[in-house]
Amino acid sequence: MAARPGPGVGELVLLEKLLGLPKGSKYGVQGERKIPVLQTNSGPGLTGIMTIAAYLVKQAKKEQLLGSTAEEKAVVQQWLEYRVTQVDGSSSKEDTRIILKDLNIHLEDKVYLAGNVFTLADILMYYGLHHIMVDLTVQEKEKYLNVSRWFNHIQHYPGVRQHLSNVVFIKNRLYTNAH
Amino acid sequence: MQLRVPVRGPAALKVLAAAGAAAAPVQLVWGGPSEPPRAPLRPPWAPALELDSGTVLFSPNAICQFFFLTRGDEPTDLSNQWLEWEATELQPAATAALYARLVLGRTALEAAQGLGKLLTHIEQSLARRGAAFLAGDTPSVADVVVWGTLFPILQDENSLPSELQALRTWFQSMTLLEACRDAADSVLMPKALLEFKSYLQKQPPPCLAMQRATSNEPEEEEGSERALTEEEIAAAADAWARGAAALPKPWQPQKPVLPVEGMRNVLITSALPYVNNVPHLGNIIGCVLSADTFARYCRLRNWNTLYVCGTDEYGTATETKAVEEGLTPQEICNKYHTIHADIYRWFDISFDCFGRTTTPSQTTIAQDIFQRLLARGFLLQDTVEQLRCEGCQRFLADRFVEGTCPFCSYEEARGDQCDKCGKLINAVELKNPQCKLCRGVPTVKPTQHLFLDLPKLEERLEAWLEQSWATGDWTANARYITRSWIRDGLKPRCITRDLKWGTPVPLDGFRDKVFYVWFDAPIGYLSITANYTDQWERWWKNPQQVELYNFMAKDNVPFHSVIFPCSLLGADDNYTLVNHLIATEYLNYEDGKFSKSRGVGVFGDMAKDTGIPADIWRFYLLYLRPEGQDSAFSWSDLMLKNNSELLNNLGNFINRAGMFVCKFFGGTVPNMVLTPDDKRLLARVTLELRQYHQLLEKVRIREALRCILSISRHGNQYIQVNEPWKRIKGDEKDRQHAGTVTGVAVNMASLLAVMLQPYMPSVSLAIQGQLCIPPDSFVLSHDFTCTLPPGHRVGTVSPLFQKLENDRVEALRRRFGGGQPEDLAVEPQAKQTPSASQPPPAPETLMAPIDSQRLQELTQEVARQGNHVRQLKANKAEKAQIDMEVAKLLELKKQLALAEGKSPEVSVPKGKQKK
Repeated sequence: MAARPGPGVGELVLLEKLLGLPKGSKYGVQGERKIPVLQTNSGPGLTGIMTIAAYLVKQAKKEQLLGSTAEEKAVVQQWLEYRVTQVDGSSSKEDTRIILKDLNIHLEDKVYLAGNVFTLADILMYYGLHHIMVDLTVQEKEKYLNVSRWFNHIQHYPGVRQHLSNVVFIKNRLYTNAH
Repeated sequence: MQLRVPVRGPAALKVLAAAGAAAAPVQLVWGGPSEPPRAPLRPPWAPALELDSGTVLFSPNAICQFFFLTRGDEPTDLSNQWLEWEATELQPAATAALYARLVLGRTALEAAQGLGKLLTHIEQSLARRGAAFLAGDTPSVADVVVWGTLFPILQDENSLPSELQALRTWFQSMTLLEACRDAADSVLMPKALLEFKSYLQKQPPPCLAMQRATSNEPEEEEGSERALTEEEIAAAADAWARGAAALPKPWQPQKPVLPVEGMRNVLITSALPYVNNVPHLGNIIGCVLSADTFARYCRLRNWNTLYVCGTDEYGTATETKAVEEGLTPQEICNKYHTIHADIYRWFDISFDCFGRTTTPSQTTIAQDIFQRLLARGFLLQDTVEQLRCEGCQRFLADRFVEGTCPFCSYEEARGDQCDKCGKLINAVELKNPQCKLCRGVPTVKPTQHLFLDLPKLEERLEAWLEQSWATGDWTANARYITRSWIRDGLKPRCITRDLKWGTPVPLDGFRDKVFYVWFDAPIGYLSITANYTDQWERWWKNPQQVELYNFMAKDNVPFHSVIFPCSLLGADDNYTLVNHLIATEYLNYEDGKFSKSRGVGVFGDMAKDTGIPADIWRFYLLYLRPEGQDSAFSWSDLMLKNNSELLNNLGNFINRAGMFVCKFFGGTVPNMVLTPDDKRLLARVTLELRQYHQLLEKVRIREALRCILSISRHGNQYIQVNEPWKRIKGDEKDRQHAGTVTGVAVNMASLLAVMLQPYMPSVSLAIQGQLCIPPDSFVLSHDFTCTLPPGHRVGTVSPLFQKLENDRVEALRRRFGGGQPEDLAVEPQAKQTPSASQPPPAPETLMAPIDSQRLQELTQEVARQGNHVRQLKANKAEKAQIDMEVAKLLELKKQLALAEGKSPEVSVPKGKQKK
């Protein structure tokens, strides 16, 4: 029942620009959830964010963003799926809390979602979380410290943020007594 | 690499099939991990692939992808698309279908129909591309993933409708693949489906159409309208004619209430609130108010009912609070016990006794249970290293120590947890520990503690649970939480503590210790009853005659379903164990949490200060009782529900019914000559009444409330259609009809007064007073009878509810914090500005309703269109045509609802939901 604008075409356009692809792809949407559809030269087109994003990455010949080894590729797949099922499916504050908690634990010992390499998973997760992070209080940002560190890192990654607002993170901890 | 498969379900099926197809060298481990996963990312049933690098994959599809990658199959755009579609579209629907199949007992064909469009999507893709498999001419990861999700539901291609020919062929060839066959053999078929069923049963039902069977959406009404048979109508008219004499006499139990041979004896407990917190609205709806509503319902059913509760007073928290406030623990308890008792009195909670745990009975009973456990060998002794302060001459409970965090070196870490890094700490690991009381330096000393040997009791527990689950009503979350506790393995639990404020341990070597509060607190139910009557054992050692209901929020479940039953089973004294464990989810406050420290939320002692009557609070809390899922308190919603449901619907109907008797018939209920239409209404009301009983017998408190509102909605419509205010001015026949309508309406109001009593006792009492309902009619049966016969005199009728104004509610919101207006954006119905969405309040009597002409036209149009739709359905007209006409009907109903000043949401269709 979330009333916020759904994920979709907008972020794919951002991704195209980030990848340095020429403008002009034709997008449509499908069904109640407004799933993006990309018109391609052959066949009925591609449906779904994960699918289209992976296609765009291959078009731009930046396959390393999908992972290099079988393991990395599976991990990227896993986080893209998490993004479209859990993050996009969240509808309450409680859901959001669980997601941030999950990610915070996962990112505790990692620079990027897939470990030490920047991948498509980071890009789409960043786009998917942006509206959530914008609304967090300073205290919450501190609580999900690892997510904040990762998010701040990704939003400063060249070309990722584009017109999206910069989310401000405070360097000094304020809530040392917070429970 | 190791593949761990905790539950034999669809996810297990696909990962095993993929591993087989790729001939991957995996070490297969069945069952859950010995330690809970560090990251809660994956649900407990999800398989996990632990790679040699230490990476763990938890998404079934990603695991399948990995296996195919290792054999050299790179993903293609098409296989990616199937995987994404499977995760976002197919899986949620398949879970619901599997639930329908296994838990609700639907056939494979019916379950497949539930997947409807999704199966058609596969069929069309296969047919259009003419390939044998989803992403090409050979099986790929896409095929395995989709097949694994469908197989448990369909099992063989014959469950598929024959027109899905391509899908049938594909499904058959998949099932015949060696890897898939092997996976199915080892994972599922057919016995393991039962295992998966028991897992599903413990889950909340998937939130698709499954749960709607009992809601009261307009389309459903349509269904119940059709469902009325001639027999039902005749039976309703007969029951009506029998009058109040047919009702059972209200049962007045002797005081103290004791079990009575031959009666249904219901013992109800509400979780004991911890004494030094002021309860907030979430606490109140979570246990005391829910239990109260159910207890009141039981009494109206003439069940012999005892409802006990009290404050839980022992423990560290009280002791620390006492130090803070400079009082003795006993003084703290006395102070807060009074606060609690006052709050519950204000909320009109009908405890038979509201006691406390710091009484001699508590000591006697707790020590007796302890001695019995000891004598039967269910207690263990073990040495624990603990900090001791020589200055205070005591071992220090975790909260009594502070020091430097061993992880992050924060200097003010508490003994159980560091506030800075959030990690849990074992108090003995603190660097530079300090006694919080005297600031002395404690030293680590061994100390003896006693443990309840849960592993030894596990077998008895399981046997008892099986029996209790088979015969009782446990909420889904209670079953789920209990099952996961047992699955994680029971360990001995320490039952003693180095404190002073508690029940002393009656054993040499432990005399300076007390019982740990979780062992002690549930015994409070028994001791509080013992303070109520010296014959308490007739309730608590009498499982043959007594049915026990425990009400609580879900965080309390393990103590009531595992630990306390283990204590009682081990003590082996024929104790009454819980039959029905009713656990709620959480109530949030305006999309956040209640927080005393941040001053956010409404707490029990403040509700009174809002000037909003207790019954309105009760109504709204019960209306959004977190049954099945979390819900959120919202000020604007409170206002909306008060103004639409209470004022415009319920209050308006009852008030009009009473006013007609006063104005047109001099305060005397007129003669009634029932027409077929009137009898149909009686049957409709009877249906709602029965539904109300069915729901409340299963403690579905929130849903049963909808039946009450539904009856008054029928009543409003009845008055609106029949217009007694006009007919009273007509000829003899019209006047007689006006009398009949008024008489039936006022009797409906009388029925509503009784049905409402568990929810809003003061309002119920007010209606009883206004209509002079005889006390003997204040009892619930399964029939709607005429309790206010012709000649009955009513009293003075006045409005029951007041409108809540936007300004006032906004002021309250500001006062209690939370919920900035933009936060409400996630809540569509609250987003409309109240002034725009609020219909004007209904005038006290709708003698000349605003635009009554239009209302009447609309009502007639709705009736005509309804008939038209029924006709079409009866004649098996084409679906498209029916759908179009139903859409028209809904639009008309919406207009009517708006014209009548109801909240528009009651008439918004919930989408198509068939069968």
